[in-house]
Amino acid sequence: MASDYTDVLQKLCHHLKQFCEPDAQITPQTDLIHQLAIDSVKLLNLVMEIEDEFDISVPLNALADVQTVHELANLIHQIKSAQQ
Amino acid sequence: MSLLDKLDAVAAARKALLPEGIDVFGTPIEEVYSSTEARIGDRRILFLGTNNYLGLTFAPECLAAAHSAIDNEGTGTTGSRMANGSYSGHRALEREFADFYHCHSCIVFTTGYQANLATISGLAGVDDVVLIDGDSHASIYDGCRLSGAEIIRFRHNDMVDLEKRLRRLGDRSRSTLIIVEGIYSMLGDRAPLADIVKLKDAYGSTLLLDEAHSLGVLGKTGQGLVEETGLIDKVDFITGTFSKSLGGIGGYCVSNHAQLDQLRYVSRPYIFTASPTPATIASTRAALKLLHDGIELRQQLWKNVHQLYSRLDDLGYQLGPEPSPVIAIILDAPRQALMLWKGLLDHGIYVNLVLPPATPDGRSLVRCSVSAVHTSEQMDQVGSAFAELREIIFE
Repeated sequence: MASDYTDVLQKLCHHLKQFCEPDAQITPQTDLIHQLAIDSVKLLNLVMEIEDEFDISVPLNALADVQTVHELANLIHQIKSAQQ
Repeated sequence: MSLLDKLDAVAAARKALLPEGIDVFGTPIEEVYSSTEARIGDRRILFLGTNNYLGLTFAPECLAAAHSAIDNEGTGTTGSRMANGSYSGHRALEREFADFYHCHSCIVFTTGYQANLATISGLAGVDDVVLIDGDSHASIYDGCRLSGAEIIRFRHNDMVDLEKRLRRLGDRSRSTLIIVEGIYSMLGDRAPLADIVKLKDAYGSTLLLDEAHSLGVLGKTGQGLVEETGLIDKVDFITGTFSKSLGGIGGYCVSNHAQLDQLRYVSRPYIFTASPTPATIASTRAALKLLHDGIELRQQLWKNVHQLYSRLDDLGYQLGPEPSPVIAIILDAPRQALMLWKGLLDHGIYVNLVLPPATPDGRSLVRCSVSAVHTSEQMDQVGSAFAELREIIFE
């Protein structure tokens, strides 16, 4: 299970890099809005890419609680696990 | 951040995007001369940014009906339909809308926004799923939030993406409400309704179609996309507004499902709002008759649409994907869109400016709304203004 989360985190960081400045430092604790300047439009586009990558649908309601990279990775992991 | 700091942040963001002294999102309109002309400042301008698709806001029949209703029933109902505002006019308009769509029943709401809020939040609940197009209007997003249902968004008009999401839902697709629009308000394109109907049937879902921008515009009698495609029997619920082709304010939902009437008892935006004024109901009833019989108005509207769309296309502007009464000019930068909006106003033409985050894909839009009562000369005038401004915008 832990390795699944690590895989999700790794793939998420890869996608995130395309949405922020090239020199941005991304860690699990990084704040998506305040540190990576991912606004609501960027977040929805990022989520679309992630949904394709993991073959999941992320409910918009769940995104309201997401602030950090870890929280987004955790959400994806939970949805993916529930689907399996 | 405190309560008021948040609003200061909004003001700062707005200031960074828009220069001082230009009130783009609240342009003061001093006098209205007709369905297509008004005064802004000391200048007579052409309305090309209203949604007055059939030009009925000054139709003599609608004005007379509204005047008479005020004289006979007063200025307002002062209460909700459930408490004290279910007048004969409200009930008559509901019957007339149901007849117009050849449907079992109709509910009339106080605004189009509330029609979506009330219908969606009444139909879907916490254990359900709402599957919405990514370019949906804010009233659809807000209705979904109010419902408490799980909200899933599919890529705009992308049937492969919609199918993928229905498949992922498994059995839950049967308690899923798919929501699409007849004509989308941002780019003016239609929903691929035949494909959507196939998918909703295959997965046992329910379909709601918002005809806000297509009522009066599409179909022989103006029902909207359902009439143009011949799919009225395949759509479960249709919502729409009085504030565009009907030239008033209010909204409706029609359906052949007998359960529609139960929304009156569960839908908070219906229960806890004062009902539409007698004048609004009366002018809307008159407008609905004109809309139904308005074949010539629709022909003139589409003639104007094709004239302007092809002129802008020839000029090399990037436009929404298909001609429609909503003609969107797509620009890469907010600065370009603002220049075009201001340039058109200086030429005596009032259009809409739409900036991120309200736009699809974070692009900026200048949005024109064409009316049946625009003249061919006015469309020429608009085309010439766009031609002159092209060099300035893209230099």
